[in-house]
Amino acid sequence: MMPDLGKYAEAVLTAYGASIILLVLLVALTFRRGRRARAQLREIEARVKRDG
Amino acid sequence: MSLWSYANPVKFLTLSAKVQPALWVLSGACLCIGLIWGFFFTPDDFRQGSTVKIIYLHVPSALMAINAWFMMLVTSLIWLIRRHHVSALAAKAAAPVGVVMTLIALVTGAIWGQPMWGTWWAWDPRLTSFLILFLFYLGYIALWEAIEDPDTAADLTSVLCLVGSVFAVLSRYAVNFWNQGLHQGASLSLDKEENVADVFYFPLLVAIAGFVLLFLALVLYRTGTEIRLRRARALMAREQRA
Repeated sequence: MMPDLGKYAEAVLTAYGASIILLVLLVALTFRRGRRARAQLREIEARVKRDG
Repeated sequence: MSLWSYANPVKFLTLSAKVQPALWVLSGACLCIGLIWGFFFTPDDFRQGSTVKIIYLHVPSALMAINAWFMMLVTSLIWLIRRHHVSALAAKAAAPVGVVMTLIALVTGAIWGQPMWGTWWAWDPRLTSFLILFLFYLGYIALWEAIEDPDTAADLTSVLCLVGSVFAVLSRYAVNFWNQGLHQGASLSLDKEENVADVFYFPLLVAIAGFVLLFLALVLYRTGTEIRLRRARALMAREQRA
């Protein structure tokens, strides 16, 4: 299944590895920040409603 | 209904919530198909060997690095002219995505350049303009973080975005009007003769579609986050005043 990358295997695999790590980190951090923002807003809206 | 009605945060969030699931699924599918097709099922190039497979990451990320800045330019201009907060927040939301795309383009380019050019880096016009674009992205993000008043931050970052657009244009067209660099011409062109061979071209198009859709999904999601954070901040300020 794995293609024969020859003498450039290290370069090709490093490029794919680094790019995939960066993309996964970007998506993960985006979702984490999004979840925190939703939670923070929910909490403040509930407080404002409660306290008038 | 006018396009400007989506400058209303509630309308924007409603529309964004509707289109995002499709964008996430399509971007994931295109990225998987494009990258798996390119990595596993395309041949080596007669000169570049297997390093040609890096094209499926390098070209789409470089394309998005430049286009993300242009998107930021358009939304910044909308902010400066029409004062729609959503557009300023969309520009803010796009910057971290753009910086990651630029970093991927720089890293994959360096990894490809070492075996092909014999060097990780050269002060070639395209590489240099790309590095400056990367620094502009960092400066843009830092400026947003450094200024407390969001409207002032939006004004100043919009001006920075206008200035940085010079380097986005240079990054895009440097290969066309500077011949002395190491970087080869564009891999994609409207002229079929100048394009890469079809066997590389089609998986590359799918990978590009994946990166474009991922960018759109991320920017919509992140803009929603910025809108919520801004509302939270406004409510907190109101609480403190009361």
